Amino acid sequence: MTVTLVFLAVMMALFGGWLFSHSINVRPWEAQGASTQRSQLPPAMTAPRVGLAVFLAVATSLFALTISAYLMRQEMGHDWRPLAVPGLLWWNSACLVLGSVALQSAWQAARRDNAARLRRGLLVGGGFTIAFILGQALAWWQLQARGIYLAANPANAFFFLLTALHVLHLLGGLFAWSRSLFRLQRGATPREMLPSVELCALYWHFLLLVWGILFVLLLTT
Amino acid sequence: MAEPGHHGVPHAQAGEFDNAELVHPKSFIGKYVWSQDAKVIAIQYGLTAIAIGLVALVLSILMRLQLGFPNTFALIDPSSYLQYVTMHGMIMVVYLLTALFLGAFGNYLIPLMCGARDMAFPYLNMLSYWFYLAAVLILVASFFVPGGATGAGWTLYPPQAISPGTPGIDGGILLMLASLGVFIAGFTMGGLNYVVTVLQARTRGMTLMRLPLTIWGIFMATVMALLAFPALLVAILMMLCDMLLGTSFFMPEMLNLGEQSTHAGGSPLLYQHLFWFFGHPEVYIVALPAFGIVSDILATHARKNIFGYRMMVWAIIIIGVLSFVVWAHHMFISGMNPYFGFLFATTTLIIAVPTAIKVYNWVLTLWRGNIRMTVPMLFAIGFIFTFVNGGLSGLFLGNVTVDVPLADTYFVVGHFHMVMAVAPVLVVFGAMYHWYPKITGRMLDDTLGKIHFWVTFLGTYAIFYPMHFMGFAGVPRRYYGYGETAYIPDSIQTLNAFMSVAAIIVALVQLVFFYNLIRSYFRGREAGPNPWQATTLEWQTEHTPPRHGNFGAELPVVYRWAYDYGVPGAKHDFIPQNMPPDEVEKVDPMSQEAAQGRLPT
Repeated sequence: MTVTLVFLAVMMALFGGWLFSHSINVRPWEAQGASTQRSQLPPAMTAPRVGLAVFLAVATSLFALTISAYLMRQEMGHDWRPLAVPGLLWWNSACLVLGSVALQSAWQAARRDNAARLRRGLLVGGGFTIAFILGQALAWWQLQARGIYLAANPANAFFFLLTALHVLHLLGGLFAWSRSLFRLQRGATPREMLPSVELCALYWHFLLLVWGILFVLLLTT
Repeated sequence: MAEPGHHGVPHAQAGEFDNAELVHPKSFIGKYVWSQDAKVIAIQYGLTAIAIGLVALVLSILMRLQLGFPNTFALIDPSSYLQYVTMHGMIMVVYLLTALFLGAFGNYLIPLMCGARDMAFPYLNMLSYWFYLAAVLILVASFFVPGGATGAGWTLYPPQAISPGTPGIDGGILLMLASLGVFIAGFTMGGLNYVVTVLQARTRGMTLMRLPLTIWGIFMATVMALLAFPALLVAILMMLCDMLLGTSFFMPEMLNLGEQSTHAGGSPLLYQHLFWFFGHPEVYIVALPAFGIVSDILATHARKNIFGYRMMVWAIIIIGVLSFVVWAHHMFISGMNPYFGFLFATTTLIIAVPTAIKVYNWVLTLWRGNIRMTVPMLFAIGFIFTFVNGGLSGLFLGNVTVDVPLADTYFVVGHFHMVMAVAPVLVVFGAMYHWYPKITGRMLDDTLGKIHFWVTFLGTYAIFYPMHFMGFAGVPRRYYGYGETAYIPDSIQTLNAFMSVAAIIVALVQLVFFYNLIRSYFRGREAGPNPWQATTLEWQTEHTPPRHGNFGAELPVVYRWAYDYGVPGAKHDFIPQNMPPDEVEKVDPMSQEAAQGRLPT
């Protein structure tokens, strides 16, 4: 549980620090005239952004707990036989990096009101992501073909579980991505698209980071 | 700010925006079924939770019938008894209390108390309820599949949860896991809303340190639930793999009814760690909203500001943080590393410090207050008693050496029922009596409320207090019958019969409450906008019950905290949060001096 506890400690330290800055030197019992500030958070922290941040914390908790379970199971049982990770995963990783880069460029295009580049960025980003998912499926198939079955060893089972969880999150992202693309097809301007493209890009970067951590974990243990 | 959603209907994107931007449906179905109004969703959550809670209540009566009058009722056999135990526990903890505090009270109170028009993401909020309803229906379906519901205990420990010999391994356990998965997905949608609304959609002037403690409790509980439920989700997924795909995450090598199982090497202990990493915060997910609500009820009905507001906020946060590092105190006898026991006993006892701070502050709030013994106040004071009693027995169980002999006895059942069943349920009742006038516009009947309170309060003590003594005698929990057990004296059976009769009386008196709810809805006294003379924003709405959009043309502006009761020099004994300082009526100095027996000079 160390991994999860470290994550929680970081979360709670951030939260505690933020609350501390809001409660120190504050006298809640004193009434004051109205402040001119309409919103309680800086204007940059819009509801969708805060919502995404909270969701990413939930997803991080899920992955941290799965990684914790992975490390604990490795230690607890005496039947762990490390898995030779398929070489295909390097190509898949490259796809995911390119997908993330493409969505970043789509985000920039939306900010600069460049419709053509936005469309290209979204399409390329989604395309690479679909390639990544197909690549992961191919890697599973390769493992099966090599006689490395899910139930044979906990290392195999965790490989399937971790990659499946990650792919499921990407599929959720692709749902949001397809809605954005659909809106763009229906003639939404890049400015109108900015909030959703921005969320997609940030979500993709997060899942790239998660994949990086999972890949390193799979390679080293 | 608003973006066009499906069919060109604008979706409001955040609770702070103008009334006109919310989806105001015209049809009955749009208003009451597929509603995006947090208040309607709250009532949907509440009614569903109460309905499934009644099922769990009936299950508990069936258990009590077997325990009090063994082998009298042919309906209850050993398998079905285990199914009742399991379903009662799971429904009460997850589907009733979590859904009621966060889904119902969270949805109703967060936008109103923060001064927002609605939740930040109304569409997601609606979806959250429908996921919850689906989860409840899947759970109920598990009673009707071949083999019936699972009887694995609410902790669903492997290996026995999915091994032959346990009731419900055909479909019951599968549906239970599926239902929990759907519940977690739905809760995540709702939880996102609660957190974002509190952070982002508070009205002008509503700083963090002016939030009512109800909101602090619900907010922190939601943060904890969002971080803790994934542990249950991971455990469910891994158990499903063990069950359906033949993996061995949790399943060790073992003999099933004389046959070698196909699993090997799995660790049941790993499941327990994951489960309790969710399970212990879950206790506080239920307790923290109750803490918050009780604070507000006490302050309002004692006409006094809450004692130590900032301390109360920090205590909520510290309890929330600490609750993540105490989980293994549920596992002292599980065979884990004994050194862990010392560590977790220490953290468990440390959590008593912020909890005690809260209890002292509640009592000090009452101290020299102008206490109005209304029904909500009775329930709030009842909560303090019950919570302290239940909490103190927790100090026993938190110590490894005391826990080892008491584990799996009725002492544990008595402890957790007092601290996390009866205590939060008393708050649920108190909160319903407190906010019912805002939700319906009518008051609940006072006499019926007092009958409900006294029978429930004293009755639950008659049920759960004797359990502690049974635990000391060593009576094990979860047993269908004790047969001829040498160390269990006959007097235990007499006690069991007494407790069962008390349980039936307490269950029946809930009918008085439901009668009161329904009768008052039609015939109750008109409540007016602010019957308790409370300060928080939900009592300052233009309409009672509040309409979609909550407030009138303008959102309220907040000038003060939620606890301006009995302010010296003010004419009235409460000042609403949205009253500007220069509009507060001052006491006429002449009449004040006359009241003190001095002649004006």
